[in-house]
Amino acid sequence: MSTASVYEKYPAQDPSVLIPMLQDIQEILGYLPEDEMHKVANFTRLPVSRIYGVATFYNQFRLQPLGQHVIRVCRGTACHVKGSLDILTTLENELKIKAGETTKDLLFTLETVACIGACSIAPVISIDNEYYGHLTVKKVQKILASFKNDQTEE
Amino acid sequence: MADMNTYKSLFTELWNDSEYPVMSLIESLEGVAGNELAASKIKTVEKMRDQLLLKTHEHPVIFIGMGTCGLANGAQKVHDAFVTILKEKNIKAQLISTGCVGYCAKEVIVDVKLPGKPRITYCEVKPEDVPVIVETTIEQGQIVSDKVLAVYEENGWQNVPRIDKIPFFIKQKKVVLENCGVIDPESIDQYISKGGYRAVVKALTKMTPQDVVKEVLASGLRGRGGGGFPSAKKWELAALEKADKKYLVCNADEGDPGAFMDRAVLESDPHRVVEGMIIAAYAMGASEGYIYCRAEYPLAIKRLEKTIHDAKEYGLLGKNILGSSFSFSLKIKKGAGAFVCGEETALLNSIEGKRGMPRPRPPFPSTAGLFGKPTVINNVETFANVPAIMRNGAAWYSAIGTEKSKGTKIFALSGNVCNVGLVEVPMGVTLREIIFDIGGGIPDNKKFKAVQIGGPSGGALPDSVIDTQIDYESLKSIGAMMGSGGLVVMDDSTCMVSLAKYFMTFIQSESCGKCIPCREGTKRLLEILTRLSTSHRTEKSQDESLLRFQGMVYMERLADVIKNTSLCGLGQSAANPVLSTLRYFRDEYEAHLYDRKCPAGACRELLTYHIDTDKCTGCTVCARKCPESAILGERKKAHYIIEEKCIRCDQCRANCKFDAIYVE
Repeated sequence: MSTASVYEKYPAQDPSVLIPMLQDIQEILGYLPEDEMHKVANFTRLPVSRIYGVATFYNQFRLQPLGQHVIRVCRGTACHVKGSLDILTTLENELKIKAGETTKDLLFTLETVACIGACSIAPVISIDNEYYGHLTVKKVQKILASFKNDQTEE
Repeated sequence: MADMNTYKSLFTELWNDSEYPVMSLIESLEGVAGNELAASKIKTVEKMRDQLLLKTHEHPVIFIGMGTCGLANGAQKVHDAFVTILKEKNIKAQLISTGCVGYCAKEVIVDVKLPGKPRITYCEVKPEDVPVIVETTIEQGQIVSDKVLAVYEENGWQNVPRIDKIPFFIKQKKVVLENCGVIDPESIDQYISKGGYRAVVKALTKMTPQDVVKEVLASGLRGRGGGGFPSAKKWELAALEKADKKYLVCNADEGDPGAFMDRAVLESDPHRVVEGMIIAAYAMGASEGYIYCRAEYPLAIKRLEKTIHDAKEYGLLGKNILGSSFSFSLKIKKGAGAFVCGEETALLNSIEGKRGMPRPRPPFPSTAGLFGKPTVINNVETFANVPAIMRNGAAWYSAIGTEKSKGTKIFALSGNVCNVGLVEVPMGVTLREIIFDIGGGIPDNKKFKAVQIGGPSGGALPDSVIDTQIDYESLKSIGAMMGSGGLVVMDDSTCMVSLAKYFMTFIQSESCGKCIPCREGTKRLLEILTRLSTSHRTEKSQDESLLRFQGMVYMERLADVIKNTSLCGLGQSAANPVLSTLRYFRDEYEAHLYDRKCPAGACRELLTYHIDTDKCTGCTVCARKCPESAILGERKKAHYIIEEKCIRCDQCRANCKFDAIYVE
């Protein structure tokens, strides 16, 4: 996939387009590779350090490729009160990775988010933008198993 | 029925010219347009009006709540089920996706309006309920009694309460949320039919910018983002500045975990926010505006894009709005996930494409803000209040609320409470009324322990102070703050030390690192809190125990330093969760420190896991699930836990089918 369209969309040498540009690149590639950051630096006429600074400041940007399925665990207050830490621990144990990491087979990426905003069904996680609510440790294991099964069938 | 956004072509046809479609539509709705039209055309206008107001409609109309909470509860599947069954049965009906009515606990909410009958609200609808609703209500005209929540008008069905009379809604006062969940958020025509954009027309055609500032100042509207600064005062200050360009920014970077008021408004009634922004821009003389919205709210962004597009089509954004000399354009900026960007100067840096770090003040944004130009930043709810003030007058608005805090406030009620949802109440009601009358109290017969108000910047309040009236000043006096409006209710299974630790973890990782008190101070505070809930078993040396006591001695002083010397609001309020829990739940801190016990049973490290040998059947599930191999035992014989190896991950207890694992 090419990111050429991104460079056509925005005006050159305008520092204020930096964040939308990085967002678009990540949308296409799934992460921000080093050479793309150099290209953006050339395009906006900003030092690479500034691009790297912005890319590492915001939680949204990542410098590593994503797994096939992205699991986001909501760590909002309502979910915390209803036991989202247990859900996170379960996922970490089952996938044998920590939050923010991707499994070796590139199948799952585990992330935490500050709040999904679906407090009525807390504790909640989202997998590939689909929500799973009212979770318990057992339910999480079942959901994860179903994803793993799908994978072996394919 | 015609698609709601096709009326523009109708106006062109009627008036041969539709320079200001919004004016034409408002005039048609109010019956003024008839004066200059031929009789045949009046009929068309009247028909359109009745359709828009849903006074007459040939076919049933089905409204499905499709906000994020509705979708998370499966609204899309319900929607699809309706589409399939209506097609199968060949029934003509109109499906409208609305936003969120606020009663999240009862999602998915589906309303049905039959011709000539009041609108019925069904709750907790699942795809399998759809055939019943179609058969009973749409085909036979009867109510499905076990799913019905309320009706919109009393006459029609007996024994069904009116929607504003059910306990969840009876104490609410809907000003900002009046259209949420009622109209199609993507239809500008429906918004106008509910009284929308009248305020813009009034301001631009009958008032000077100074009049608008005066009116909103007189209403007493204060910033709903938490600070409580008089909103129109900001407009006035920026209006007085001399500059070639001025900016207006809407802060939709709702980052507080557990708060979703702004998201609901943006998803359910985005035109209201845009209308408020147009009025504010007119008052302060801004020509360009930005809506800075969290990227985590994709639906809100999508709806805002359509809103801005439609408002442009109707001549409400762009050059020479409604024939005046006032021009205003609006853009959306997506946030990239940084809590600190909710702070206004950090948000400006983020729009400029920089790291979102706050700027020292002065200069204030009203003097030198975005790109160095005078800038006003208000939050979503603040803007959403403006149209109602302009339409109904300052006196009407200032009659709601308390002496110093006027109007209503939206709260996102969540946590351990029966009716999770979005509530809008007049200022001056008590927290008890919100939690117990509107929220329905605590589920599972548990006891109320505390309510966290204002997110990570607010405080946890116990039973003894929840009779305090809600306004900016009283909340401050009891050690909390209004914040943006998150209300998280906690029952007695929540540990307050753990809560303070949770917020400090959040603040510490979100601190931007620019100023030392916040960057270093929050880290030290987190260390102190972590030591409190760490067992001596996992500590490396005995010094840790001494540090635990030392930390407690210095904690309050450290919190004060962070509060008094941080650069921005994030740091200045960072210690609030610690200070408020220390003030109201000191005994719990003491239990952690002296007795090394967690009274709520939530701090894992301070617990010991045991297996009840009478209940254990030796099924080996726990031993297999244990990530540390801390459980031993033969098949079909009672197992036991090696305490030194146990990391208290709770996997064994969660997976045991025989309740054989207990905790002390």
